[in-house]
Amino acid sequence: MTNAVEISNVIFQWPTGKTPVLDIPEFSVGTGERLFVSGSSGSGKTTLLNLLGGVAVPDSGAVSVLGTRLDKLSSAQRDSFRADHVGVIFQLFNLVPYLSLVENVLLPCRFSARREAQATATDGDPVSAARRLLSRMGLSSDLFAGRSVTDLSVGQQQRVAAARALIGAPELLVADEPTSALDEDARQSFLDLLFESVAAEGQTLILVSHDRRLEAMFDRHVVLADLNHAAIRQVPE
Amino acid sequence: MKTVVALAFRSLISRSATVMLSVAAIAVSVTLLLGVERIRTETRNSFANTISGTDLVVGARSGSIPLLLYSVFRIGNATNNISWQSYRELASDPAVAWTIPLSLGDSHRGFRVLGTNTDYFQYFRYARTRSLSFTEGKRFDDVFDAVLGAEVADALGYSVGDQVVIDHGVGRIGFASHKDKPFRVSGILARTGTPVDRTVHVSLGGIEAIHIDWRSGAPAPGLRIDAERVRGMDLQPRAITAFMVGLKSRFATFTVQRKINEYRPEPLLAILPGVALQELWSLMGTAERALSAISVFVVVTGLIGMVTMLLSGLNERRREMAILRAVGARPAHIFSLFLLEAAFIAALGAVLGLGLLYLLLGVAQPVIESTYGLFIAIGAPTSTDLIYLGAVIVAGVLAGIVPAFRAVRLSLADGIIVRS
Repeated sequence: MTNAVEISNVIFQWPTGKTPVLDIPEFSVGTGERLFVSGSSGSGKTTLLNLLGGVAVPDSGAVSVLGTRLDKLSSAQRDSFRADHVGVIFQLFNLVPYLSLVENVLLPCRFSARREAQATATDGDPVSAARRLLSRMGLSSDLFAGRSVTDLSVGQQQRVAAARALIGAPELLVADEPTSALDEDARQSFLDLLFESVAAEGQTLILVSHDRRLEAMFDRHVVLADLNHAAIRQVPE
Repeated sequence: MKTVVALAFRSLISRSATVMLSVAAIAVSVTLLLGVERIRTETRNSFANTISGTDLVVGARSGSIPLLLYSVFRIGNATNNISWQSYRELASDPAVAWTIPLSLGDSHRGFRVLGTNTDYFQYFRYARTRSLSFTEGKRFDDVFDAVLGAEVADALGYSVGDQVVIDHGVGRIGFASHKDKPFRVSGILARTGTPVDRTVHVSLGGIEAIHIDWRSGAPAPGLRIDAERVRGMDLQPRAITAFMVGLKSRFATFTVQRKINEYRPEPLLAILPGVALQELWSLMGTAERALSAISVFVVVTGLIGMVTMLLSGLNERRREMAILRAVGARPAHIFSLFLLEAAFIAALGAVLGLGLLYLLLGVAQPVIESTYGLFIAIGAPTSTDLIYLGAVIVAGVLAGIVPAFRAVRLSLADGIIVRS
């Protein structure tokens, strides 16, 4: 198994829609690869990410992540597969507002015994793992205690989200426009830290963004519109 | 599951202002529900405690409820009297242990005057086994002695030795008064929470004495017999209004009742006070049930408030649900999160409601006792209380299904990526 993700002949359509939003004949991502997917709104990136996360299943075709056919799993199995193997970073509002920094980072360990076990194996216990990852993402430890996550800057929030996606070393990292709310400096340092961590753990990273400036930092770049034959509707940004 | 419980708890704390409003609405409604239930039970008990140990109440033939009302509750008037002769004859029945004669028809400043004899203080029982006791003074001894119920003494500020003028009739202001023959307060009874508190007790002789120079409900013209001369006269009453009967054996109750009901010389009615009390209570049951129904609806309103709060917060929480889904939460987790929030709110509301009830009872108990003569015991929650609390919590959880279900539907539609 060399590919982290393999998609073939996938067609996805909303129950109410007339035309498919996703029609991808062939798409694969190698293990340990850092892939940049560019696509504007309406190109089907939301659906692609939901498919990779196992939240949605295609109407036809195969979605294989880490060698597991997600389209063959029950929804409960897909939920625990996602908990065990996939880390997700959103564009904005990544954090549960009523939990502390550390508690936010620990969330995947609460829903996945596997990630809890891995975090314990590397750092002794999940809390130490969370603190290490937060430090690695450049957050000073005086932020950890007691502060509400809503007091953090957007840049700091994205770093907490990255630490959460990394805890317990899931094999696949999926990021949806993680830097679009950040300014130039924050963006660069966020990506540097993210790449550093991904390299250390040997994870596969798929980052979706419309910001083509990021392209140069990745191993490979695909344009979602080229990939997705259904992406014909052009919604202006 | 432990995770979801912790999440629900933290989520509620973060929204404590709105959550506490919902909790308060449920708490107040629970207090009302339990309070109404408590007052209902206590009223019923106090009602059933009005008269105890009396096997039969006998009066002129009418209905059992009117007889109970005028003889025990001092409400309304007798339609007819019982002749002294019939009373003596029935009282001497071998099955009869004791009797208390009751003579009604006069009042003092709105309080009924009861003519009786000292057997009243010996045999009358209320609240199962309690007998009358004096806070001040003693039983009536002289013809013009009066014993006051606790409320009469409180309301009119009397103490032993004060003079009491009895009004003829039972209106708030008597048509005429027996002011030529004033009574002297000889004793004041301890509070009972029964109509005894609102009664002025005098001897049968006293009732006879004040009417001795009256004919057909008015002072007889030209006939004036002063108080001192009356003492020397024969004060045996010609008739009484009713009497209470205690039997030597309870097994004789129905035999004696039948004997009285079939008594030839005059038409009489003997009732079992317990049975008549039941009948009377069932008449009042409608109002009681209406109160209960209202308090149940108030609880429903409180729960609707909670559901509204949870539903209105749902849209702002779509991100939160997407995050939870992304880190591996299943739809069942999302469902439990919302259900647990509802359960926490309902349970907290129920517990605070119980606390509020005890607080209110503590404050109101003395007031209720002194104003209505109703003693509300403050004890541990009854099994009924616990059933009601449980029902409120279960109803809260059931109500929580609505927002929980909607949350799952939203979350399934959104997936892990919420479009901004």
